[in-house]
Amino acid sequence: MTPAGSLLAAHGLHKSYGSNSALDGASFSVHPGEVVAVMGPSGSGKSTLLHCLAGIITPDAGTVTYGGRELSTMSDAERSALRRTDFGFVFQFGRLVPELTGVENVALPLRLNGVKRREAERTALEWMRRLEVEDLAAQRPGEMSGGQGQRMAVARALVASPKVVFADEPTGALDSLNGERVMELLTESARTAGTAVVLVTHEARVAAYSDRDVAVRDGRCRDLAYAV
Amino acid sequence: MSIGHTLLGLLESGPRHGYDLKRAFDERFGHDRPLHYGQVYATMSRLLKNGLVEVDGVETDGGPERKRYAITEAGITDVAAWLAQPEKPEPYLQSTLYTKVVLALLTGRDAADLLDSQRSEHLRLMRILTDRKRRGDLADQLICDHALFHLEADLRWLELTSARLGRLAEVVAP
Repeated sequence: MTPAGSLLAAHGLHKSYGSNSALDGASFSVHPGEVVAVMGPSGSGKSTLLHCLAGIITPDAGTVTYGGRELSTMSDAERSALRRTDFGFVFQFGRLVPELTGVENVALPLRLNGVKRREAERTALEWMRRLEVEDLAAQRPGEMSGGQGQRMAVARALVASPKVVFADEPTGALDSLNGERVMELLTESARTAGTAVVLVTHEARVAAYSDRDVAVRDGRCRDLAYAV
Repeated sequence: MSIGHTLLGLLESGPRHGYDLKRAFDERFGHDRPLHYGQVYATMSRLLKNGLVEVDGVETDGGPERKRYAITEAGITDVAAWLAQPEKPEPYLQSTLYTKVVLALLTGRDAADLLDSQRSEHLRLMRILTDRKRRGDLADQLICDHALFHLEADLRWLELTSARLGRLAEVVAP
């Protein structure tokens, strides 16, 4: 059921909100270091799929396996720990903490994992340099442009060396040029670090940065590259 | 693309031999389709006949004759007029894809499958172009962007058609 060598795999996921079925037997897999685009129209279930894969919501039926372990067998605390240590997240709007400076925002996942402040900020600055936002270390999110904030969010997603980054419409709020740069930096950084990326997008030009694409339609996945 | 107008435009910076023109064309515009020598010489004879270029000199260098071409005033006017004229927006693939979708519906085949395969093929090409853009210089980026935006427009049409397949099936039902 789980494709050989996959890092994260879902099989036969069902999820309904009231009488609305968001996922209806969806299956999915991603290999280490692979960038997979999840495409589909609004309401097709692609964000629900991402949230199930990341252990943020629990499917009504079906399994999600990460590193050979089923998420449903873990406690809430174990799943939270997994999200902190192994997963990174980038959302449409950066969701940076407005009270913290740039470097404090990027260092946050490391600090939550118990890394000392100085070391966490040193690592954060290194990622900010790669994402071309090291000059904004002392600025607060309110003083950054949309593109800068999103690069900061990418740095934060990668700072703890996650195995998987979940990116939900990461360029949705950016113009073409900024969106492209964010995608270049996200995919380059992830490939260099061997991090898998699950990229939810409805934009083909964004999906073109992936290695493979999966279409979600009516709560089911269609993968034309190979059968999941 | 009008090869004649492009070669004329390249001549505006100064006279060139046919070989130099081909090389300049290929370097700037011929990434996927370099010109054949025959195309260059046939085009230059036509431009010469129409008074848009003139022979600026003939060299032999001990080998075959090589004509050097220069653009005329009429040639410069022609290039300016071509540049000022907007291109007709081409509906390119849509007519073929539309035909295929309708035929699939008419013959009871899975039109959604057809659209998904086409989407995947479009994305495959978009990945190649995105990769070429990432590795290339500014000229590559601009050329690839143009192709990418056109492919994206096709993809939007595919998505929209996919969402309207039910209605389309009712309309085209035999």
